[in-house]
Amino acid sequence: MKTYDLSELALRNLRESSLRNSLTTIGISVGVASLVAMLSLGIGLQKLATRHLAKSGLFDTVVVTSRRELRGFNRDDERSTASAAESRTLDEPARQEIERLPDVLEAYPDIRFITELSYQNKTHLTMVSGIPDSARSNDAFTGIPGSFFSSETAPEVILQKSFALELLGKTPPPGHEDDVPVRELAKPLLGQELVMRYAQRVSAPESAGENTPAKSGASTVSESDAAYSVISREQKLNIVGISDLDPDSMRGAARARVFLPLKLAQDLRVMQPSDVRDSMRGFSKQPSYSTVSVRVRNPKNVEAVEQAIKKLGFNTFSILDATRSLRQFFAVLDLFLGIFGSLALAVASIGIVNTLVMAILERRREIGIMKAIGASDGYVKKLFFAEAGAMGLLGGVVGVALGWAIGHIINLGTNIYLKRQALPPESFWSVPWWLVGAAIVFAFIVSLVSGLYPAARAARLDPVQALRYE
Amino acid sequence: MTINPDQSNSPNGAPAIRIVDLCRHYQMGEALIRAVDGVSLQIQPGEFVALLGSSGSGKSSLLNLIAGLDRPTSGAVIVEGRDLAHLSREELAKHRLRTVGMVFQSFNLVSRMTLAENVELPLRFAEVDRGQRQSLTRQALERVGLGARMTHRPSELSGGEQQRAALARALINHPRLLLADEPTGNLDSHTGTEIMNFIREFNQSLGMTIVMVTHERALAERYARRMILLADGKLVDDRPNNDRPHEDQPNPAAVTASRQRERR
Repeated sequence: MKTYDLSELALRNLRESSLRNSLTTIGISVGVASLVAMLSLGIGLQKLATRHLAKSGLFDTVVVTSRRELRGFNRDDERSTASAAESRTLDEPARQEIERLPDVLEAYPDIRFITELSYQNKTHLTMVSGIPDSARSNDAFTGIPGSFFSSETAPEVILQKSFALELLGKTPPPGHEDDVPVRELAKPLLGQELVMRYAQRVSAPESAGENTPAKSGASTVSESDAAYSVISREQKLNIVGISDLDPDSMRGAARARVFLPLKLAQDLRVMQPSDVRDSMRGFSKQPSYSTVSVRVRNPKNVEAVEQAIKKLGFNTFSILDATRSLRQFFAVLDLFLGIFGSLALAVASIGIVNTLVMAILERRREIGIMKAIGASDGYVKKLFFAEAGAMGLLGGVVGVALGWAIGHIINLGTNIYLKRQALPPESFWSVPWWLVGAAIVFAFIVSLVSGLYPAARAARLDPVQALRYE
Repeated sequence: MTINPDQSNSPNGAPAIRIVDLCRHYQMGEALIRAVDGVSLQIQPGEFVALLGSSGSGKSSLLNLIAGLDRPTSGAVIVEGRDLAHLSREELAKHRLRTVGMVFQSFNLVSRMTLAENVELPLRFAEVDRGQRQSLTRQALERVGLGARMTHRPSELSGGEQQRAALARALINHPRLLLADEPTGNLDSHTGTEIMNFIREFNQSLGMTIVMVTHERALAERYARRMILLADGKLVDDRPNNDRPHEDQPNPAAVTASRQRERR
């Protein structure tokens, strides 16, 4: 009742000098708006980055290597390994076992090999890798000129932009690769044929039945079951797409520039570098994989899945550590955006202080009258406090709306720009509910704090002095 | 020169106002202004006292001290048994809210508020319920003949109407003491008489104690029962007004009723 009465009187007073008070409220709104706009852009950018990184498979992928690989990504793995020679082979049963782990979407072998590709009678040497069908939604393959593989075993190929440049004999100066639009490269290449020469591993005859490659027309060389042959073969491939991005960016030096459907790559049974090492230990019927990539249902589960795979006796690597520093970067970015926004709000608070102090000067007489007829210091103080609070609350609400609008406009503008650059639209901006609430509460509190001094000053006003002025 | 206060009309024993050796000095630049300088007097409940004196005589300062708007430099102002010099700021505000009602020469209505809102203010300060506030405000304004002007702003009214509204506001919390500082100073003689008649009525029918500051001797002689003359902050004369018609004597029953109302 009392609070209601006080607020009612405060609002009434605010309406009375509406011009000055609305200017102050606008001042607060602008402060809140810049705070909201900056933070929402920060949060939006963070979400965008996370989304893109998630799409790229960096966040939800665990790379599994055999301990026999000896080239673990983590030094810890080396230490924890009792003996590399005794550890498990990363072969098909192991892959299936990993795939059955909880929260694992798929586990696919990493097939990559260096080989020769000839295009229009010119030979090029490069790294080729198999791409699972699930990579269809990967950033590197969405919206590319051409299309993704039509099926998991189609004799089709997607080229990385740099390889496309090489095929066309265009070599832009280093650092200017990005200047050539990928669409321009796609025109002469899409639908063309590449011939890939590769070394096929052919197992001994007794296991040939189950392992004979689908495409192979070559004869197998009969040996004991502890032997295999290596045969040089050719495969015609149809260029279906050119990718601008590098889906393989995690791999550094082992990056591939030509991508095949994974199933096709597996079926070709190309001789893998690990095959040679395996041969020292005897031959297995099934080829082993140097690495298996595991896709996890949710980035949150990555750590648990990694632990589970380690228990199976393999080395793992994920980019969790890298994302940690990325999150830290965004926290710092948010902090700075927040600081700039708060500076704007601080300026707005000075506006509140100014308005309220002016109000005291203007309303000296009124305060004097109120005190003369019985208003206590506390009442006058609360009244000015309520006025400051009301302006803050209103300014906060208007400011959030304004900040939302500003963020929206920036987003729209950026998307128009992106459209001109022939890039897909993105949402750079996000206003979560907590930000709405926090901004309003923040504006309210800042206003109350700004009202402290003027309210105290009004309360201490000497009524005799105040009434003396005519 | 101190003159013993007139106690002849005291209906009960305790005085409404007792002032003992009261001083209020201001420092103004180099000079020390002795606005009130060693005044002692007593005012009994139901009295109608005029404080007379030329401008700068200290009469308004004295009134402000009784109102609790100002604090004495030394001495005591005891109103209804409480020494205002020892009250906290909060208690002084309560004193102004409950014990005294004030009217001023310049009316002192809040210009941005309507008459009803002005009259309602002391009820807000006293935290009276909204519904009750509205009916009390209406009654108070009707009593001074402004029932039809409730939503008007002070600037839309004549001086006499404004002063009537100020009177309604002064009485809204039923104080027993009405302090009037030149209440007719800004009014023509006709409206001045109208206001003085209201004040006299409050004195007689409600038994309110009236202390009125004026520099018009004629006005004081016509309405007040006792006249106190101040000069240079000192009390120079204090005597009953014998010219006053006998029927204007306060009604002792009204004074008692006023006291009982307060105790409630």
